[in-house]
Amino acid sequence: MVIRDYIFLGIFLLVMACVPLLLKNDYYISIFVFASFNCLACIGLSLLLGYAGQISLGHAAFIGIGAYTSGYLTTQFAWSPWITMFIGVVISIIIAIAVGVPSLKLRGHYLAMATLGFGAILYIVAVAAVDITGGPAGLNNIPPLNLFGLILDSDKKFFFFSWSVVVIGLLFALNLINSRVGRGLRALHGSEDAANSIGINTSSYKIQIFIFSAVFSSIAGSLYAHYVTYIDPGPFGIMHSVLLMTMVAVGGMHKIWGAVIGSLLLSLLPEFLSFSTGYFKTFGIEYKPDYDTLVYGIILLSIMLFLPEGLYGGFSSAFRAVKNIVKRNGKKAKSSS
Amino acid sequence: MVETILEYQELQKNFGGVVAVNKLNMTVDIGSITSIIGPNGAGKTTIFNLTTGFLSPTAGNIKFFGNSINQLKPHNIASLGIARTFQNVQVFDNMSVLENIMVGRHLRSKSGILSSTIIPPFLRKEEKHIKREAEKWLEFIGMADDSQISAGSLPLGKQRMLEIARALAMEPKLILFDEPASGLNARETLAIGELIGKIKESGVTVVLVEHDMELIMDISDIVAVINFGTRIAMGTPAEIQINEDVITAYLGD
Repeated sequence: MVIRDYIFLGIFLLVMACVPLLLKNDYYISIFVFASFNCLACIGLSLLLGYAGQISLGHAAFIGIGAYTSGYLTTQFAWSPWITMFIGVVISIIIAIAVGVPSLKLRGHYLAMATLGFGAILYIVAVAAVDITGGPAGLNNIPPLNLFGLILDSDKKFFFFSWSVVVIGLLFALNLINSRVGRGLRALHGSEDAANSIGINTSSYKIQIFIFSAVFSSIAGSLYAHYVTYIDPGPFGIMHSVLLMTMVAVGGMHKIWGAVIGSLLLSLLPEFLSFSTGYFKTFGIEYKPDYDTLVYGIILLSIMLFLPEGLYGGFSSAFRAVKNIVKRNGKKAKSSS
Repeated sequence: MVETILEYQELQKNFGGVVAVNKLNMTVDIGSITSIIGPNGAGKTTIFNLTTGFLSPTAGNIKFFGNSINQLKPHNIASLGIARTFQNVQVFDNMSVLENIMVGRHLRSKSGILSSTIIPPFLRKEEKHIKREAEKWLEFIGMADDSQISAGSLPLGKQRMLEIARALAMEPKLILFDEPASGLNARETLAIGELIGKIKESGVTVVLVEHDMELIMDISDIVAVINFGTRIAMGTPAEIQINEDVITAYLGD
């Protein structure tokens, strides 16, 4: 189990290292940078959704907390981005405790309700608190990150940095699920009663994982703020929270790798589909067809219909099937000889 | 004088107007196999759920080694050393057989979320220890060959064995079996009976709810008969078999 994860991690590192070599256009690299933020948030969310079995509809708000904390403190007080990132994490932890503790003490999907409300409130605050957040106009001139004297101001530099952060996050998440705590989480997902009966404090675990995933999102938000150097409330709304959940579900929610696949796919897919936009004329009326939205929808729908375990689940069952066929043929060849 | 491990005092549980457990008084001796029998709906599983904290009593007291455990949560009660199995087998079918038992070591290990995040599994001493202990219990139930199989794909008989091993991995002082033989064939039932005998020998007190009378009479030290939530008889298997009240409860007047 663990060995396979390390192999995957090696392959993943190789593939990501090749991406900037293959993509000459900085625009495409920036798409991958945005994908890395989603990926980081999704890794945390996957722990919550796939392992603790809890739905959160407010993770974009945690990204927002990270982004705005970093944005505000660096532009107003010129604090170091690393310190503001840390403060963002602390604020996220405090808010996650405030939202998570009352709703996760109960059984059932109360967290989804609580985070939905919390996400909506935070979005309104971001729009309305003009003095702090700049309102709809947002915050400008957020400084880029400075990594031991290396200023991360180009897409390529940031690409390597943000994906390194993702790899560290991934490593942490993989360590976690292959540990005592991770087994406890999987147990809680398998049967909450049985988990309780062997002494696992399930509500405490759910709260801890919720906080843990909020931290991942907050860091993603801080990175985002220092990458684009300009933030407005737009990307931190409910729809982005839903998109993050969709990424985890499409990739396969019971595996951390599913979150990686899902977030990469859904972050890159709209770009690959954008070639299909154009005008067409029927019955004398000119349409601007959103083919991309249509195709995007069809892809999502068919993944959920035909691969209920997500892309990762689909891949691994296909792999098993091939392995079985090979094994059977091998046996046949042996018995006939 | 044998020490009492578990004691029910005037235990009462109402579900709305239904009285599931009615002023139950009972003690369980340390190191014994005590069986609770009774017609369907007599309140046997409710007694288990009350004991393990899944339900809280309407009135009365449950004492474990003389301390009241009424208000504790299930995971707190488990940490005192009370393990249980479920009537509908509850193995973690998203994990392998070995991992199922490793989860059972939860209370006997202590790494938290932060150390689990930072230190990879192969560098953790505790992880190796957990695995070794789990393998020991797997050996105990005679399923060492199945360690890497997904628990969900085991036949029911083996799932029950696994559930028992998971409970034993906690190293409990008291273990509650809720109909361990239901749905099993004669051979599997025999194996469960042998296993329960082995558990008693290892010094763990056993409380058993079961419908298989042959199994009950075979392995129990004490049998308590419950009907409509109250105890109508208690004694050795031989005494219970000739008790008038028991015969009436089971067969009618």
